[in-house]
Amino acid sequence: MKREDFMQWFRVIFREIVGLFVDDGSLAIAIIVWLGIVWLLLPRLGVFSRWNGLILFAGLGCILVENTLRCARRSGYTESGK
Amino acid sequence: MDLSIGWAHAGPTILASFLASLVECVEALTVILAVGSVRGWRGALSGSAAAIAVLLAIVAGLGRALTHIPLHIVQLAVGTLLLLFGLRWLRKAILRSAGLIPLHDEQTAFSKNTEAMQRLGGARGWNKVAFAACFQITMLEGTEVVFIVIAVGAGGTGLLLPAGLGAFAALTLVIVLGFAVHRPLATVPENTLKFIVGVLLSAFGTFWVGEGIGLRWPGTDWAIAGLLAAFLAIALVTVPLCSRQAGVAGATVHQ
Repeated sequence: MKREDFMQWFRVIFREIVGLFVDDGSLAIAIIVWLGIVWLLLPRLGVFSRWNGLILFAGLGCILVENTLRCARRSGYTESGK
Repeated sequence: MDLSIGWAHAGPTILASFLASLVECVEALTVILAVGSVRGWRGALSGSAAAIAVLLAIVAGLGRALTHIPLHIVQLAVGTLLLLFGLRWLRKAILRSAGLIPLHDEQTAFSKNTEAMQRLGGARGWNKVAFAACFQITMLEGTEVVFIVIAVGAGGTGLLLPAGLGAFAALTLVIVLGFAVHRPLATVPENTLKFIVGVLLSAFGTFWVGEGIGLRWPGTDWAIAGLLAAFLAIALVTVPLCSRQAGVAGATVHQ
C-alpha cells in the first residue's frame, strides 16, 4: 500500500470512529466541558458535594434540551426558507 | 473445584459472585437487546462477543495484576464515550419524533448501506454502531464482573474458581434470558426502540461517569432507574417543544 493510500485509509477510519460519537460538534464539546467542570471544579468549590450526581445529570439534561431546541429552530428557518 | 475448600466456603462465594454478576449482566443485556433490535443482531452480538474475547484475553494475560488498574479510570473513560454516544442518539430520536428528521431517509440510507455491504459479501446485517455500542457496554459491565470475581475470590485460598463459576452461571442465565425475550422485542415500533436506546445509553453513561469521578449515587445501582426515568421525561417533554420551536422559527421568517 502506498503512503498516500494508507493515509487516506487512516483518515477514513478516523472519521468513521469520530462520527460514531460526534454528530453535532457543539453537543460533544458541551458534554466534555460539563464533565470537566463537574469532575474538576465542583469538588474544589466544595459546594453541593452531596448533590453532585444531580448537578451532573441536570447539566447534561440542559445541554440536550438546548441543543435539540437550537436544532429545531434552525430546521424551522431552513424549511420556511425553501 | 478444590475439594479441600468445601461447600461451606465455596457455596456462599458462588452465590455472592452469581448475584453480583447477574446485576451487571442484566444491565448489559438491556442495552444489547435494545441496540440489537434497532441496529441488527449481527453487529450487536459481534460487539458483545468481541468485548468478551478481549476481556478473557486481558484476564488470561494479566491475571491478578488487573486489580492494580484503577476501576474509576475505566468507568470515566467508557462512561464518557457512552454519554457522547447516547446523547447523540437521543438528540436524533427527539428530532425524529418531532418530525424534524425524516425517518424514511434514514431507513433508505440504512438499506443502501446494508445492500452495499451484502455486495461486499459475508457481512449481512452488520452495523458498526451496534458493534461499538454493544462492545462498550459489554466491556464495561464485563470489567465490573472481572473485578467482582477477583474481589469475591480474594476472600480465601482457592475461592477464585467458585467465584468464576458464579459469574459464569450468571452470564449463562442472562444469555438464555436474552434469547427468550429478543423476539417479543421485535414487535415494538422502531422509532420507539431508538428512543429507548438513547435513554438507556445516556442514563448508563451518566451513571458510569459519576462513578468514575467519585460521585455517590443515592441507592447505588438503583440510581440508574432514576436516571432512566429522568432522561425519558426530559426527552418526552422536549419533543413537543421542538415541534413548537420549529413552527415559531418558520412563522418568523414568513413575517
